[in-house]
Amino acid sequence: MTLFAGHDLACRRGERLVFAGLSFRVAAGGALLLRGPNGSGKSSLLRCMAGLLTPIAGTETWDDRPIALDVDAHRSRLRYLGHQDAVKPALTVLENLALWQQLHGLRDAAAIRRALAGLGLDRLAELPARLLSAGQRRRVALARLVAAPAPLWLLDEPTTALDDDGVERFARMVGDHRAGGGLVVLSSHGDPGVAGEVLSLADFAPPPELSL
Amino acid sequence: MTAFLALVRRDLQLAMRQGSDAALVLIFYMLAVLLFPFGVGPEPNILARIATGVLWVTALLAALLALERLFVSEYEDGSLDQLALLPLPLSLVVLAKVLAHWLLTGLPLTLLAPFLAIALGMDEAGYPVLVLALALGTPTLSLIGGLGAALTLGARRGGALLALLVLPLYIPALIFGVAAVDASLVGLAAIPHLAILGALLLAAIPLCPWATAAALRQALE
Repeated sequence: MTLFAGHDLACRRGERLVFAGLSFRVAAGGALLLRGPNGSGKSSLLRCMAGLLTPIAGTETWDDRPIALDVDAHRSRLRYLGHQDAVKPALTVLENLALWQQLHGLRDAAAIRRALAGLGLDRLAELPARLLSAGQRRRVALARLVAAPAPLWLLDEPTTALDDDGVERFARMVGDHRAGGGLVVLSSHGDPGVAGEVLSLADFAPPPELSL
Repeated sequence: MTAFLALVRRDLQLAMRQGSDAALVLIFYMLAVLLFPFGVGPEPNILARIATGVLWVTALLAALLALERLFVSEYEDGSLDQLALLPLPLSLVVLAKVLAHWLLTGLPLTLLAPFLAIALGMDEAGYPVLVLALALGTPTLSLIGGLGAALTLGARRGGALLALLVLPLYIPALIFGVAAVDASLVGLAAIPHLAILGALLLAAIPLCPWATAAALRQALE
């Protein structure tokens, strides 16, 4: 049974201690919802989970093995979606997704069609991404998760800019992923339409006198 | 390997679609070189004498033009996070991007140089070595420039800072590049100078991407 966990994590941004003593567990098929006010460290925690940021204390493990021991393996089993969509405006929607697959050593037209259909992008496939609205660009970014699958999804406010239909499609996508044994960690202020364990970042804010 | 080539192809494709800096670089190169006959005067002897240096220094400045954008657009639209998370090591990602930069700037500059050499009245005996020296030297410039671009990522006025950081590091390539051509013009062997240019390149290929990747990781933190 796949288990992604963090033990006693602490993270510092510049001179400020963002959170300390934070632990979490997500098992296969599970979802972890990060909640907390602005600046409470939701994005930092997601970046720590992705290995883009190194926590100053604590360890993260995958199946009880520290991820720091094999960073490459960890990278290949996760997909991270940050605040920015990382969609290239000069390429069409289809090209963006195909390129994303190639960068992961894949070539699977069926998965791209599935991804486009799942997010309602079928009719936009040939359109250059610069003509898309913010919500449509977000859908392309989400479609990448389906086009090149990986077990662990780390999503930073994935439903920003999405309309009701988009949120619904996103929820269905996450549902399918979890049903297939995938893990999801996501941060959100509104209702992302995903049920799961809630981790409140405010509980791990260090006392003010401890801030460096 | 597929991912590496896909990345090179992507950068070339993006450059073509966006009406790239590459054309700008070539036009700058041409204009800057052609300013010298106006500035120095149409005296053929003087022009021929300084031709090698002019061609190298302007090539170096032209290559610098497109460098600033190398990682900035990736950084701004969030692609850099994604590139750092690819199964491909970040240093190979850097190498792919630098290779694309060279194909778009260094290679055309190299091919254009002999034609500009005609305008400066350079002795044609120097053309083959000029092309060879630029072919060996410009990849080194791109590699060092990539490191500068990564270090200045996120800095205000990154472009000016980049030039200050990178130009001094260009000096060795400049010295041996010019020396190779001058040697061939006076009938001496150009091979030793070319060999040193090649050695510089061979040292830069593993070292620069490695250092650049470290700088990018720092920028992502």
